[in-house]
Amino acid sequence: MSETDTAKPEMSASTGAMIQIQGMHKWYGEFHVLKDINLNVAKGERIVICGPSGSGKSTMIRCINRLEEHQQGKIIVEGTELTDDVKHIDQIRREVGMVFQHFNLFPHLTVLENCIIALIWVRKMSRREAEEIGMKFLEKVKIPEQARKYPGQLSGGQQQRVAIARSLCMNPSIMLFDEPTSALDPEMIKEVLDTMIQLAESGMTMLCVTHEMGFAKTVANRVIFMDGGEIIEENEPEAFFSNPQHDRTKLFLSQIM
Amino acid sequence: MSADPLSGAAPAKAALWRRPVFRSTVFQVLLILGVVAIANYLFTNTLHNLEQRGISTGFGFLSMEAGFGILQTLIPYDETYTFGRTFLVGLLNTLLVSGLGIFLATLIGFVMGVARLSSNWLIARIATVYIEIFRNIPLLLQILFWYFAVLQPLPQPRQSLDLGGMFFLNNRGFYLPAPVFEAGFNLVWIALAIAVVVVFFMARWARRRQEETGQQFHTVYVSLAILFGLPLLVFLAAGTPLTWELPALKGFNFKGGVTIIPELMALLTALSIYTGAFIAEAVRSGILAVSHGQTEAAYAVGLRPSVTLRLVIIPQALRVIIPQLTSQFLNLTKNSSLATAVGYPDLVAVFAGTTLNQTGQAVEVIAMTMGVYLTISLTISTFMNWYNKKKQLVER
Repeated sequence: MSETDTAKPEMSASTGAMIQIQGMHKWYGEFHVLKDINLNVAKGERIVICGPSGSGKSTMIRCINRLEEHQQGKIIVEGTELTDDVKHIDQIRREVGMVFQHFNLFPHLTVLENCIIALIWVRKMSRREAEEIGMKFLEKVKIPEQARKYPGQLSGGQQQRVAIARSLCMNPSIMLFDEPTSALDPEMIKEVLDTMIQLAESGMTMLCVTHEMGFAKTVANRVIFMDGGEIIEENEPEAFFSNPQHDRTKLFLSQIM
Repeated sequence: MSADPLSGAAPAKAALWRRPVFRSTVFQVLLILGVVAIANYLFTNTLHNLEQRGISTGFGFLSMEAGFGILQTLIPYDETYTFGRTFLVGLLNTLLVSGLGIFLATLIGFVMGVARLSSNWLIARIATVYIEIFRNIPLLLQILFWYFAVLQPLPQPRQSLDLGGMFFLNNRGFYLPAPVFEAGFNLVWIALAIAVVVVFFMARWARRRQEETGQQFHTVYVSLAILFGLPLLVFLAAGTPLTWELPALKGFNFKGGVTIIPELMALLTALSIYTGAFIAEAVRSGILAVSHGQTEAAYAVGLRPSVTLRLVIIPQALRVIIPQLTSQFLNLTKNSSLATAVGYPDLVAVFAGTTLNQTGQAVEVIAMTMGVYLTISLTISTFMNWYNKKKQLVER
């Protein structure tokens, strides 16, 4: 633990980018899902990725922690290149947290156990130590009183906040959000977005696939628009929304705004 | 009281026979009376008929001498024992084949169920072929196949297949060495008991230490070392007080050692392989029922695949597997009564077969036999329901 804690910030600051994606391609069989993706993400940057469904947004961020395998190009996360090497994959997954559209909490474990399972089995912590950390992050997402309940007993918004806490427990330096509010009822979206904004204010490096344009405007440093497996356009949020360059971007924005 | 419908006054009472509670009570009482009347008629009628034909009733026959031999007995038995004893012999034979069958079928089922989901093409295909063949052929046919097509054509005792001079296989059965415990062997049992206790406390200590300090302990390896090592040391120290009685050819057949009769082998093989195919499908469906998102979430927080399977997938798969496993255990136990087909002396063959023929007391014998299967089945399902409840998910 100590080595990652001390080495993390300075190292990556000197190299400039936390995540470097260079010329990445991916195919599902014959289908070319991702075409020549190039993206650099600096420390503390907050990036929102949008685009029509099937454009490869989710697939791209899922490549970053190897839930999907890319076939060509390079992905370097904090100086470690993603290859078949299990050790590299483990190392990167420890640094990268992920929040899913359908929460994917472990339904047979309590909320607190969901948060500490990786601390115990990956970080090899004692249960007591892990529970302290787990409670700390449950307080941060404002549901410490639910710690002993099971995920099935919580509302969707609460479950998603637990999922965020579960990722934060591992002390990641990068957080990936894969449509975190798409499966939520409207009145619950705000509580999750508030948690994400709070996280952004703490300086976390974030990549969010989302259609919450309000969130993009207030939080993002950069907005990326993808279509057909390519990055079509990227810009600062203000310029992106007020003055989109590309026809496909204009069409997309006119449809969702 | 006015007639105002909103005043809250009690509505006018409906006639008695139009009230739902009255009606349902009447129908239930009539139904019970009907069932009791039919049961009473059947019972008195049977008693009357048995009396007219001079067949005695009651359980007195259980203490009469049986006068027939049984192929395989787990407890001392010969012709001079009573019919009560034949009941016990048959019951134990049924429990033997069911117990071994449940153990083997579960083992085969879990291995094959996981194998069918393997990413290895060959392993997955082998498992698929096994499952599709054995669950689609009638069980009785499979028992007959193992008995008549596989075990009967084996050589005569004189030309037995000799496996290392200790194991012999022929058409009379499978012969293995029997352990003979000598004077000092009790010490080894004591050592084993001590080892079990030590391992139990060590596992508790290791778990507590992991919860407090996070250090993990190789409980499995150390436990195995203690469980085997300690008795082995005592065994050697006590001067190896154990000899093996080897089966040997005497005249036309083997004497000595332990014999597994071909009837048991055929029945056990067929039951385990047949039921194993169904359990494999239950296991596969259980694992597939856990959404892929669970695996992804586990990987995303850094859990390795083996830990993910053990702590995330299997515990959730079990809640789907257990109810199906229960009914397969019950099926296997009840299917063991097909023993009659090859002459394995299970409860049905010995008691509901020979004993029934010799005493003619069909009602008592059949009732006792049914009672036994009912008891075994209810015991299994009570246990499995308890286990299932422990594994259920909490929702709401």
